Amino acid sequence: MLRKSSRLIVFTLIMAFMATLLVGCGQTKTSSQGDVIKIASVSPLSGSQAAIGDDIKLGAQMAFDEKKTEIEKLGFKVEFAPQDDQADPKMGVTVAQKLIADKSFLAVVGHFNSGVAIPSSEIYNKDNLCMVSPGTTNPDVTDRKLPSVNRICARDDVQGPMGADFVMNDLGAKTVFVIHDKTTYGQGIAQEFQKRAEKIGLKVAGFEGITAGESDFSGVLNKVGSVKPDAVYFGGIYPEGSLLIRQMSEKGIKSKFMGPDGMDNAEVVNIAGDAAIGTFYSSPAADIARTQEGKDWVSRFQAKYNKEPGNWSAYGYDSMTVIIEGIKSAIEKNGGKQPSRVQVCEAIRATKDLQGITSVITLDAKGDNMGAKLYISEFKEAKYPATVVKEIAAKDFK
Amino acid sequence: MEQFLQILPQSLLDGLILGMVYAVVALGYTMVYGVLELINFAHSEIFMVGAFAGTETLLFLQSAGYLASMPAPVALLMALFIAMIISGSLGVFMERIAYRPLREAPRLVPLISAIGVSFFLQDAVRLIEGLWKNAFYLTAPSLFTATIAISANLRLPVKSLVVIVSAVVMMLALHLFVTRSKWGKAIRAVAQDRDTSALMSINVNQVIGLTFFLGAGLGGCAGTLFATQYSLINPYVGFILGIKAFTAAVLGGIGSIPGAMVGGILLGVLEAVGAASIGIATNGAMGAEYKDVFAFVILILVLILKPSGLLGEEVREKV
Repeated sequence: MLRKSSRLIVFTLIMAFMATLLVGCGQTKTSSQGDVIKIASVSPLSGSQAAIGDDIKLGAQMAFDEKKTEIEKLGFKVEFAPQDDQADPKMGVTVAQKLIADKSFLAVVGHFNSGVAIPSSEIYNKDNLCMVSPGTTNPDVTDRKLPSVNRICARDDVQGPMGADFVMNDLGAKTVFVIHDKTTYGQGIAQEFQKRAEKIGLKVAGFEGITAGESDFSGVLNKVGSVKPDAVYFGGIYPEGSLLIRQMSEKGIKSKFMGPDGMDNAEVVNIAGDAAIGTFYSSPAADIARTQEGKDWVSRFQAKYNKEPGNWSAYGYDSMTVIIEGIKSAIEKNGGKQPSRVQVCEAIRATKDLQGITSVITLDAKGDNMGAKLYISEFKEAKYPATVVKEIAAKDFK
Repeated sequence: MEQFLQILPQSLLDGLILGMVYAVVALGYTMVYGVLELINFAHSEIFMVGAFAGTETLLFLQSAGYLASMPAPVALLMALFIAMIISGSLGVFMERIAYRPLREAPRLVPLISAIGVSFFLQDAVRLIEGLWKNAFYLTAPSLFTATIAISANLRLPVKSLVVIVSAVVMMLALHLFVTRSKWGKAIRAVAQDRDTSALMSINVNQVIGLTFFLGAGLGGCAGTLFATQYSLINPYVGFILGIKAFTAAVLGGIGSIPGAMVGGILLGVLEAVGAASIGIATNGAMGAEYKDVFAFVILILVLILKPSGLLGEEVREKV
C-alpha cells in the first residue's frame, strides 16, 4: 500500500516536471518573436483587497488602450497582461518569477501592497524588469535603491511629519496624544509623527499602542480622557481607527482626530457614524474629480467601464503612462529596435515633468516621484470621500 | 497617582463590560470542557456567527423599517433570540459532524477537528457575506444611544448597561438551570462520569447535544451583545476574543461555571485597568500595548499558585 502510493507520488512529480518543461518551451517560443512587447499589471484581483486591485487594473488598462498606438506606430505589437498577486507576498513572488521568465515583458505596473512589492521587486531586479508601483507607500520599497523599482505615489515617511505640521499649524493644537496599532505601518507613521512633533514644539502627551483586531479601546481612551490633549493622532488602519473615533465620542472626548491613509476608507463613515464629522486623514490619493482634467478623466473612465473609478485607478493609469512613455523613448534611443530591459529601466527612471492625472511626474535617483502630493481631507459631513482641505507637495518633507 | 485615581472608576466600569462578554463566551468553553474534556476551539467562531446573525436581524429590521418604530429592547430581544437559535443549532450540528465521530479517539484528534471547524466557519461566513452584501465588515445599527453621566469622570452608555444586565440575566438563568432543573442534573451527571450516567438511563448523546446548544447559544448571544456594544464585526472578530475568553475560563478554573464568570470579569477588569495605568506607572516608558502582558502575567501567577484555576477545586460539580 505504502509502496504503491509512493510510486504514485513519484509518477505525479515526474508528470509535473514534464509539464513545467513543456510550459518552459512554450515561453521560449513566444519570446523569440522579437517584435511583441508585453506590459503586465500586478495587483490583488482576488481576496479582501480585490476591489482596489481591480481599480488599479482598470486604470492601467485604460491608459494602455489609449496610448498603445504610440508604440504600435514604431512597428511593435503590444500586449497587456493583468496578473493577480492576491495581496500575498508568496503569490507576488510567484507572479514575478513567471514574468521575468518571459522575455517579451518589458515593464510591470504594480504591486499595490508594500509587503508584496518588496520581495517581488528582488525577483524583478535579478533580470532588470522595471516596475512602476501605483500605491506602495513604505519607504523601503525605493530606499533599497534598486534601479528597476519606481513608484508614483508619496511615501509613508512624509505622512507622519506632514501630519504633525498640520495638527500644530492648521488645527492649532499644542498637545497631541499618539496612538498606534503596533504594526510596521501604523507604528512607523506614529513614530515619524512623534519625531517631527518634538522637533517643532508640539507636545506629545502620550504614545501608546492598541492591538489590531480588538474592539475595546476604552483603556487607552480613558487615559486620553484624563490627559485632555488638543488632538489625537492615530497610526493605523480604519477598523480600529473608526472604532476609536466612535468610542472617543461616546466617552465625551472632544480632541480633534487625525489619521494616515489607512483611514482613507468609506467604512469610516459606516462604523463611526456622525462621530466621523470633523475628523481628518492624510492620503497620497484623493478624489480625482476636483480639477477639470480630473473630471474629464473620470467621465472617460465611466464611459469605458460604466462604473466610478476608485481612488487608486488614476494611479494605475499614471503608472501605465510612465511605462509607455519610457518604452517609447527606449525604442527611440535604441534606433527603433526592441530595447533591452535595462534600457527600459533607464528610460523610465529618466521620466521628467510628465503630465499625469495625479501629478506632474518626475522620478528621482531612487525612483520616488518628486511631484507626488499628499492630501489632507476632512469629513465635513458623514459621507465618503471626505473634502480635501489641503494639498501638500511630498518633497517638502523629505 | 492622582491621574490614576481619576481614571480608575471609568476603567473598572469599562473592564466590567468587556469582562461580561468574556464571561458569557467563557461559559461555552467551560461547559463543553466539563462534559467532554474537549477544548472547543471553534467556539470563538460560534460567537462570531452569533454576532452576524444578531446584526443581520437588526439590519433586516432596519431595512424593513420596523426598527425605528419598535422599542429598542424588543428589537434586541429578537436579535438575541435569533442569534441564540442559529448559534445553538450550529453548535449541536458541529458536535454531531465534527466531534461525535471522534469521541473515543485520542484527545488531540477532536482538538484538530475543532481548529478545522473554526477555519471553515470563518471562511464560510466571509464567503456568504461576500456574495450577499459584497462586504464582510458589518456595522450593527445603534439601538441605545443615550449616555448616563454618573459623575464627571464616570460615564455609562445605556448600551453598555444593557450588556451588563443581559449578561447577568443569562448567567443567572444558566446557573439556575444547571443547579435546579432535571436536565441540569443530567448535565452534571454526564460531566462527572459519562459511562455511569448512561447506566442510570441518561441519554448521554442528548445531554451532550444540550450542553453544546446552551454553550453555543450563550456564545451567540454574547456575539450579538458584542456587536451592539462595539458595532463593528467581521468574520475574524472571534479570534482574539475567543483566546481571551478561553484564558478567562482557565483563570477561573476550566470546567467550573462560576469560575468562567469570575475569570471573565477579572480578566476584563485587569486588561482595562492595566491599559490605563501601565503608562502612568512607568511614566510613559511602557504604554497600553502591554495590557495583555499585564493580564497574562497575573494568569501565570494564579496558575502557579493554584493550577486548577481560581474556582477549579472548590466547586465539585464541574459542568
